[in-house]
Amino acid sequence: MAAELHVELVAADRSVWSGEATLVVARTTSGDIGVMPGHQPLLGVLESGPVTIRTTDGGTVVAAVHGGFISFADNKLSLLAEIAELSDEIDVQRAERAFERAKSEADASAERRADVRLRAVAAR
Amino acid sequence: MGAQLRVYKRRIKSVTATKKITKAMEMIAASRVVKAQRKVAASTPYATELTRAVTAVGTGSNTQHPLTTEAESATRAAVLLLTSDRGLAGAFNSNAIKAAEQLTARLVAEGKEVDTYIVGRRGVAHYNFRERKIAEQWSGFTDQPEYADAKAVAGPLIEAIEKDTAEGGVDELHIVYTEFVSMMTQTAVDGRLLPLSLEEVAAEESAKKDEILPLYDFEPSAEDVLDALLPRYVESRIYNAMLQSAASKHAATRRAMKSATDNAGDLINALTRSANAARQAEITQEISEIVGGASALADATAGSDK
Repeated sequence: MAAELHVELVAADRSVWSGEATLVVARTTSGDIGVMPGHQPLLGVLESGPVTIRTTDGGTVVAAVHGGFISFADNKLSLLAEIAELSDEIDVQRAERAFERAKSEADASAERRADVRLRAVAAR
Repeated sequence: MGAQLRVYKRRIKSVTATKKITKAMEMIAASRVVKAQRKVAASTPYATELTRAVTAVGTGSNTQHPLTTEAESATRAAVLLLTSDRGLAGAFNSNAIKAAEQLTARLVAEGKEVDTYIVGRRGVAHYNFRERKIAEQWSGFTDQPEYADAKAVAGPLIEAIEKDTAEGGVDELHIVYTEFVSMMTQTAVDGRLLPLSLEEVAAEESAKKDEILPLYDFEPSAEDVLDALLPRYVESRIYNAMLQSAASKHAATRRAMKSATDNAGDLINALTRSANAARQAEITQEISEIVGGASALADATAGSDK
């Protein structure tokens, strides 16, 4: 069996996804980081952005994460985010509408949030 | 129907209506407690992971941070009091307010000024009525708090603690909320949120599970991680307190409404008995009137016969 790591993706008010994975790619403040099984213990600050999780059965889970932390130790990876959504949960039309609205209102943070959602869907 | 009996009947009807209402409120509260408890449980993974991360930074580096360093002589403290928007919950709000007042008195005795921050209309009304100063207040979400609400509450508090005391900032942050122990027991508790002692958190964490934390690699640096981590930690603690407070409030409402329903039942029983007695008295009176009338009539006829 290939090496695997246990992933917990938790938002502030719920546990979003958990399972076994072979690779997790996330964006920290100093750039994208890929974590594979056996990585050295890590604690980092996440940027808003899509997180890609390659599961052991070959599938891919993409989630939009808005700020938070990544921590890895003992082959257990936790992604903590105030808000996290799986790409399947994202309503594309709503995100697009929000994106347009944020653009016209010049609301930078709302625009970024909507953008992250859309990118997460595109990466699916 | 006699006047007395009519009064009893009317009261029975009104108490029955009240009983129906309190019963409904009891059931609503009971279902909300379960929901609130589920929310507490759902927020636990985030809180545990966050605590782990804070512990990791606390043990893995010697970073100093304004949120973890204790002022040499604290002169001002903020007290965050969590109450509910609505009453009908027994002593729930008064217990929380009492706990806050005790804490305030203790802090004042230690020579600190106290700024009070209040969540929930009940606490705000209590302070306004006594014309006490409230630094900031929030209401409207105490029944079902969201994480965004906790963030809104935590924001000004973190700002206040980061500010210099001379410019109106505070040195300490205390929180008073009602801990949900069980369906039957909820206790108002107070605790110091900030400055956070990393050692304490670490000791608490390692006491729970006997494990040695690995040496972490910090990305981008331990200071930055701590910078980002501590406000989140405070938010998550406030969120947890809000959820517990909401669950406690619903449990207290359920209990208060249950005893109100029981009392209404007792009252209906007593009133029914009184109504029965009144009715019986009325009948007895009528019979004696009839008998009296008949015998008077009989006496009269007997007299005329002579």
